[in-house]
Amino acid sequence: MAQHIPFRDPGQAIGIYGARTLVAVLIVLSLLAIILLRYYDLQINDYETYRTQSERNRVQLQPLPPKRGLIYDRNGVLLADNRPSHILSIVRERVTDLEGTLAELQALVPISGADLENFQQKLQRRRPYEPVPLRFRLTEEERALLAVNRHRLPGVTVDAQLVRHYPHGELFAHAIGYVGRINEQESQQLDERNYRGTFHVGKVGVENFYENMLHGEVGYQNVETNAHGRVLRVLERHDPVPGADVTLHLDFDLQKTAFEALGEQRGAVVAIDPKTGGVLALVSTPGFDANLFANGISGADYSLLRDSPDMPLFNRAVQGQYPPGSTIKPMMAMAGLGSGLVTTETTVPDPGWYRLPGNSRRYRDWILKIRGTGHAPHVALEMAIAESCDTYFYDLARRLTIDGMHEYLQHYGLGERTGLDTTNERPGVLPSTDWKRDAMGQPWYPGETLSAGIGQGYMLATPMQLAVATAVLATRGEQRVPRLLRSIAGEAQSPPLVTTMAANDEHWTAVHQAMRAVVHSPRGTARKIGQGMPYEIASKTGTSQVIGIAQNAVYIEEEVAERHRNHGLFIAFAPYEAPVIAVAVIIENGGGASAASPVARKVLDSWLLRSPADG
Amino acid sequence: MGDYVRQLPEASADLARRPSLALRLHIDVPLLLLLLMLTCFGLIVLYSASGTQLGAVVRQGQYFVVGYVAMIVAAQIDLQRYQRWAPWFYLLGVGLLLAVMFVGVGAKGAQRWLDIGGFRFQPSEILKLVMPLAVAWYLASRALPPRFSSVAACLALIALPSALILSQPDLGTALLIAASGLFVVFMAGLSWRYIGGVVVAVFLSAWPAWIYVLKDYQKQRILTLLNPESDKLGAGWNIIQSKTAIGSGGWEGKGWLNGTQSQLDFLPESHTDFIIAVLAEEFGLRGVLALMGIYLLIILRGFWIGFTASTIFGRMVAGSLTLTFFVYVFVNMGMVAGLLPVVGVPLPLVSAGGTSVVTLMAGFGLLMAASTEQRGLLH
Repeated sequence: MAQHIPFRDPGQAIGIYGARTLVAVLIVLSLLAIILLRYYDLQINDYETYRTQSERNRVQLQPLPPKRGLIYDRNGVLLADNRPSHILSIVRERVTDLEGTLAELQALVPISGADLENFQQKLQRRRPYEPVPLRFRLTEEERALLAVNRHRLPGVTVDAQLVRHYPHGELFAHAIGYVGRINEQESQQLDERNYRGTFHVGKVGVENFYENMLHGEVGYQNVETNAHGRVLRVLERHDPVPGADVTLHLDFDLQKTAFEALGEQRGAVVAIDPKTGGVLALVSTPGFDANLFANGISGADYSLLRDSPDMPLFNRAVQGQYPPGSTIKPMMAMAGLGSGLVTTETTVPDPGWYRLPGNSRRYRDWILKIRGTGHAPHVALEMAIAESCDTYFYDLARRLTIDGMHEYLQHYGLGERTGLDTTNERPGVLPSTDWKRDAMGQPWYPGETLSAGIGQGYMLATPMQLAVATAVLATRGEQRVPRLLRSIAGEAQSPPLVTTMAANDEHWTAVHQAMRAVVHSPRGTARKIGQGMPYEIASKTGTSQVIGIAQNAVYIEEEVAERHRNHGLFIAFAPYEAPVIAVAVIIENGGGASAASPVARKVLDSWLLRSPADG
Repeated sequence: MGDYVRQLPEASADLARRPSLALRLHIDVPLLLLLLMLTCFGLIVLYSASGTQLGAVVRQGQYFVVGYVAMIVAAQIDLQRYQRWAPWFYLLGVGLLLAVMFVGVGAKGAQRWLDIGGFRFQPSEILKLVMPLAVAWYLASRALPPRFSSVAACLALIALPSALILSQPDLGTALLIAASGLFVVFMAGLSWRYIGGVVVAVFLSAWPAWIYVLKDYQKQRILTLLNPESDKLGAGWNIIQSKTAIGSGGWEGKGWLNGTQSQLDFLPESHTDFIIAVLAEEFGLRGVLALMGIYLLIILRGFWIGFTASTIFGRMVAGSLTLTFFVYVFVNMGMVAGLLPVVGVPLPLVSAGGTSVVTLMAGFGLLMAASTEQRGLLH
């Protein structure tokens, strides 16, 4: 073919052209065949693979988080609701210069190092068209700033998401707890399916205890999205089932009264309806703003709360374990009467101290340092309670023995968790020889029985336990599991379990009368709060030592550092004839019961003296 | 091919017996019918690929009107006149390319356009037609098969505008234009020894070219072709998405307007360079076969026109234009399916865009001029 031919020979040229055309056609056919084979391979051989891939590309299952159930008090006052919180997010794919965009955003709104770190971590795991949150809780001003600069910030979005809000902040923080962002550990325990799309979970308190009901059921929607992540069409939708609204026994006004009565003091108030076990008030001070946690608490804020010597995060009402002091004396009296060791007439000589037979150590009565002598030469049960005579109960404790005390006092719920529907409840300690051997590996010493007899030594109880015990006294032996939850979605909850203690009714009356004398008698330890009280209450004061007082040392309150001052306690139920409320108050380092009893008076007034219109 | 060849001359002969409108308008009816089929098919696919925007279809339809007018106008001119004008066309084209170099306007780092009174156009498009004309003009007056000196002169003719386009930079177009000139030389009977030598030279120059000639983005395209998974969301995205679109179409396709990949914007450039993926997804392999069938018939008709052309100039021009058209089809279908690197080559007469439609249709006008010349001689 390369042979040269004469100048312009059309025939020969056509021959060459024909041959070349044939070659060209063959090349065209074979190359088209290759292309065709390629399409055959993609469309027929690998059809299944690509079809699956295209489905994944196209249809996206989007979780629809349910609206968290609201929490109300017994009168319908909203205690926890949900409010839109604005979140600044970035869609990676739509941002051309991420570093530049971040820098520009930082100039507009404050973005902390933790925010950035969080963002970078999430950025790794999200698909480029998914928004990655950068800043939560945008203020109105910040939102306005971002809106104004929107055109310069492609790929930056501001979305609203429902976040828990506690309208009363600090007031109910310990009563209902709070939600917070789901952490790594929680995400492993939670039902992954149901919590897709949910960012918060109940961390403590009611919010945690009733998490399942409050959270609701996640919904889904199948959406078609484009590569920009924009939802083009909703293919199918399963609406989420919102969490159940929950009504608690708590009473807003009572809670507020108790909170304000505690004021700046560290302490706790628990009020229970003795007939139902419903918790009417649960206050622990100092509190904290639960909204901090719902919005994602900053490291600085958290350290501040965690490291404060006042321990605001510590729920004193259920976690605080204090020596109950003299508040256990009515229960001790019931044990004495029930065991037949004493009658209402039995008297004990009271020189102001007590001594174990064959032992020289004197166990002092609290009155000794005030009067230099005992309450009276001979003290009987009513006076022993009304004036809080230690000597009487030293003697009773010795005769009852520690295990006898354990036997009787456990019917009041001491030494074990009350079973309240909240988290972090502590069991306290109701000591026994078994307990000491198990817990400390030591035998029980007789002197320790005397301390236990006046609620000191190893004995510990939470304010919640004391309130429950007071309710048992009020109801003449009916022990109820206390409950915060009153109804779910309008459905009343079944009444709690009741265990009734077998005891002589006359004994109850005797002890009730003695408890009435605490306030309503001229020498009662809490007679001060009885002034102008239009109703009668049964109560008991208590003082518990924070540090042991050395033998023969004279205890001078003013000289003891504030943190070492005695705790003041007070328990009461009212009205005396037909109790509708049982209260336990503790004031940490209050010095004595006189710090606690006025708080209880205010709480009782609030509950008993309110006009019917107040509900 | 056999059936086809038997039928078409009869058809044209039929038309020729009457003093037909087609002949008077210098229209090659089989070619026109095939182009109309392709146009309709293309617009149907475009409607879907543009996201069911009628506006895009109307605009493309207007381009086609311009294109068909350009074709008919180009068909009216005598082929010999093209041959006479070819060197002047060539000089004009090179002049315009030089103008682009100095006063051109650019976009995305490339300077390809000339702006004349608000009308923007790419001189390199003109070269797509001028190049085969110029090389055919040169060889038509030389002994064939071409001697070494003729081949060297042709290479110089080809190299000048190609280099200018390459410097814009526009590698894809430069290669296409160089190819259109080389096809003329090939059709003229270039010795297989030279062809073999070029093939060897290309292989030998691949290594230096990789190091010195190719730009980073061009290398990236080639690397991405070899392993699209390596850059899933970057350069590999287009190929992965287009393969997914094609593959998920299967034999039957998902149905018109139901191509989820393309409808949902997963597929980039779905209405321009990657439109074949939309077609493959919605019409399946059946649709691909149909489109390929139309293309093949157009190509065969083009070769037939060249084969029956009465002058060497006409044969070479027809052969080159047909092969260039095929290269468009091959490169585009190959790159979208992940066989070839992604270069900016549209699917001829289907991809949205006015310039390529007008150029291609004018090219078919040249083919029709060649066809007319042959029939004109017969009658």
